Amino acid sequence: MSELSEAPPSLRSATVRPAPGIPPALLWALGAVALLLPLFMAESFTLFQLTTAAIYAIAILGLNIITGYNGQISLGHGAFYAVGAYVGAIMLDKLNLPYWSTLPAAAVICGILGWGIGRPALRLGGLYLALTTFSLAVAVPQILKYRGIEEWTGGVQGVLVTKPDAPFGLPLNPDQYLYVLTVLLALGVFILARNLMASRLGRAIVAIRDHALAAEAMGMNIANIKTATFAISAAITGLAGALSALAVEFVSPDSFQASLSITLFVGMVVGGVASIFGAVFGGLFVVFMPNIAEGLSKSAPGVIYGIILIAFLFLLPGGVAGLLRRLGARLRR
Amino acid sequence: MLNRRTLLASGAALLAAPRLGRAQTVVGVTSDEIKIGSIMPYSGPASAYGAIGRLQQVFFKAINDAGGISGRKINFISLDDGYQPPKTVEQTRRLVEQDRVAFLFNTLGTPGNTAIQRYVNQRKVPHLFLATGADKWGNPQEFPWTIGYQPSYRTEAQIFTKYMLEHDRNAKLGILYQNDDFGKDYVAGVRDVLGTRFDAVVKMVSYEVTDATIDSQVVQLHGSGVDCLLTAATPKFAAQTIRKVFDIGWRPKMHFMTDVSISVASVMNPAGPEKGVGILTAAYLKEPTDPTWQADPGMNEWRAWMRQHMPDADMTDGNYPYSYSVTKCIMQVLTQCNGDFSRENIMKQATSLNNVVIPTLINGITVSTSATNFHPIRKMQLAKWDGKTWERFGGLIEGAG
Amino acid sequence: MNGFLHQIIAGIATGGIYASVALALVMIYQATHHVNFAQGEMATFSTYIALTLVNAGWPFWLAFVATVGISFCLGVLIERVLMRPMDKAPVLTHVGLFIGLVLVVSNLTGWVFDYTVKPFPTPFFDGPLLGGLVSGHELGSTAVTLVVLGLVYLFFRHTSLGLAMRAAAFNPVSARLVGVRVGWMLALGWGLAAAIGAIAGIMVAPVVFLEPNMMLGILLYAFAGALLGGIDNPLGAVVGGFAVGVIENLGGTYIVGTELKLTLALVIIIGVLLVKPSGLFGRVVLSRV
Repeated sequence: MSELSEAPPSLRSATVRPAPGIPPALLWALGAVALLLPLFMAESFTLFQLTTAAIYAIAILGLNIITGYNGQISLGHGAFYAVGAYVGAIMLDKLNLPYWSTLPAAAVICGILGWGIGRPALRLGGLYLALTTFSLAVAVPQILKYRGIEEWTGGVQGVLVTKPDAPFGLPLNPDQYLYVLTVLLALGVFILARNLMASRLGRAIVAIRDHALAAEAMGMNIANIKTATFAISAAITGLAGALSALAVEFVSPDSFQASLSITLFVGMVVGGVASIFGAVFGGLFVVFMPNIAEGLSKSAPGVIYGIILIAFLFLLPGGVAGLLRRLGARLRR
Repeated sequence: MLNRRTLLASGAALLAAPRLGRAQTVVGVTSDEIKIGSIMPYSGPASAYGAIGRLQQVFFKAINDAGGISGRKINFISLDDGYQPPKTVEQTRRLVEQDRVAFLFNTLGTPGNTAIQRYVNQRKVPHLFLATGADKWGNPQEFPWTIGYQPSYRTEAQIFTKYMLEHDRNAKLGILYQNDDFGKDYVAGVRDVLGTRFDAVVKMVSYEVTDATIDSQVVQLHGSGVDCLLTAATPKFAAQTIRKVFDIGWRPKMHFMTDVSISVASVMNPAGPEKGVGILTAAYLKEPTDPTWQADPGMNEWRAWMRQHMPDADMTDGNYPYSYSVTKCIMQVLTQCNGDFSRENIMKQATSLNNVVIPTLINGITVSTSATNFHPIRKMQLAKWDGKTWERFGGLIEGAG
Repeated sequence: MNGFLHQIIAGIATGGIYASVALALVMIYQATHHVNFAQGEMATFSTYIALTLVNAGWPFWLAFVATVGISFCLGVLIERVLMRPMDKAPVLTHVGLFIGLVLVVSNLTGWVFDYTVKPFPTPFFDGPLLGGLVSGHELGSTAVTLVVLGLVYLFFRHTSLGLAMRAAAFNPVSARLVGVRVGWMLALGWGLAAAIGAIAGIMVAPVVFLEPNMMLGILLYAFAGALLGGIDNPLGAVVGGFAVGVIENLGGTYIVGTELKLTLALVIIIGVLLVKPSGLFGRVVLSRV
């Protein structure tokens, strides 16, 4: 009990509502700007980076649902991201299926996988689950290049895919189209996630994190809810993986090293644990921060990255989202 | 909806127009500067190779301090990809689209280069002297803008296998390989030579970089009755292999070692120099800790340069002579460009190298390219470890092709 | 059959590595109820300190003792500076701190000491034994592991400080009530764990050779070993470490192939946690609510 009452407020207040006072119309307008503005930007490289950030934001959102909201610490979500990417690449390259079919397929397959992993994960609490999933993250590249599935995965060589062209004769180049597609999907997933967390199930997910025993006493089926949460989380991250295969146009075991899982985790902490909107900042952070860290030090960019993570835990335990929330509260006062 | 679509359309038009207009191919070059891009794993599991990029940064700075090339300073932009292909793609696009470099130089890693090869060829960006030993970079028909550098691992394995068959037609070969593109290229090279006999002759066992030791693999190979051994392992595991093979009393008739792991300081001496006596390799670079090269003029040049420009660097690290060689090679290309740094001319000059002598390559091995030859270094020389140095023997062996 | 026996012996030799690291993992769990992800990286860093001292001409055992001492201080320092202020934070924050530590320490090691593979001296007779399947060093380092195990056992069972440390980790509130300085006990625990990690690193390095990522794979195998034996039981962890070495070799050679060795360790981890979470030797802890 004592742990709970002493947890930082940002970790306790779970559901995120748009701050009162900001009309929904404004939020929609902001979304529209985010969607359209980059199309006018000259550099398609920036567009690519923003696409990547949006993809990471989706993946981090998936991680946040299981780890931030439900309290099951996963350091292995890169595995779902990898499976999603491989499902997409294999459907495109080996089965010649249309690209749009890869996205729901990746989500469904990862959802099923998440369900399967969620069951045993029930029995692993806290640090154990973290370490087990971390082991999974390290083992992922080795599993991906396993000889038995080489025919499908391309082994160590990986699989090359091609970006889709814009449909309906839209005057967009593939980079622009993928950006629009990703941002639209991200918006959809974020809205769904927000609604989910505001629903009965969402409140149950949080209640189980905060006090499992009380939640059970209230009649919640903890095992089912936790497993379902794992499945939802994995499906969202898998969808991001499939998008990443389209954006990068290549998948290989080296694309999904343990550092990917750590990147997602860092993005979640920086953006804000248990915050839907925080995942956006997390996505932007993990794309742009390494470049800044590299600019600061060529010798050891990893050291700076690690220091930033620790600094966030100390100074901004609620992440960027928590900071904005605090600023917003101060402004209204 | 209509509104939105027109908006999108106009946005796209704005975007597309300047790019179509900019069809010129002198990119990344101004009257006083030429931009060169590179990608290296400064972070992540392959950080050891970051040394290659660090030497290059110092090298180009030294060139600039001495006045630059053809009146221009070299702006060398070397970015980190952590050996992750998605990051390689991002950094490549940054170099090509944002920094607008004239060409890419010595980008490192097979997976990363695979991820960007199609993109850079579509954009017609010269993709020169890749830092990977895969075989596939010399394919001018399909990828006219990509050219490799070092002899491929596959070629090396072919050389080993031919040598083995010459000396013992009935040899049985065990292969211990790292389970990635590097290790598998050696398996492919052996298969090239043995063909249908492969399964009957070869027993192969892989290890993962996360394995603590290769003891189990060595014991397994020893027990399988093979009498020759090919080790395609990175230095740490190569040293372990040499020691273990010796310690369990296995004396293979021939033990071939990938030239990635022939450093005297970080492989042979750690393993125990007496334990590796008789090991064979095929090399193209001069190994910095091999006493053979103590008075070699080429290596003296390299050592003098290192002492002057990188006094704190680890002189036993084989990445430095490698990096020095490939950087010398690109300087030759830039010199040959003679002030015309259009992408076409850079590619043309990179593929018109004629027996260029590089100080850190084994004497007699030179760099040659042509419109049809995208394998700049084709020759290697066999060498045998005598307990102190790599003793070279036989002539230079032509590999690729 | 001969090959089978050889695989077992080679597995025991490798298992000795896991056992020594598993012991360090158990140590920190005993003292703080945490499993430190950065344990491996910290041990590697310590090993480089030892190498630097040896290369500076120090006698081996003096460098050994000095390194263990320095590591102890570093462990205490990390606890005081990083963990202490986050004492009350949720597990998630601790995991974040461990990950941050992994990033900082591993990259720092490469930056300061280079990435080239370095040999590490052994203080023991280094010839091959048992037909080369075991080296003199491997026997020696196993002996060191057992000595450390004995000391740990004596410390926790028969000293009041050890008892206080276990109490502080097991039930901080009650421990504080009976006058145990819980904060310092945790710091001490971190110090001891770092010291044992350093010993493990120094014993492992001559076998696998020293480079910044030396411990990455080993840590996971060691974790599997520690869980197999019981995370709260030092003896169990040592036995578990050896067992994982043997299982890994036999499984890799005869069942799943060498490509899936790490996956095998993962299966062990999950299997143990599901079937017998307290491990083979661990005590079953009932939590009452």
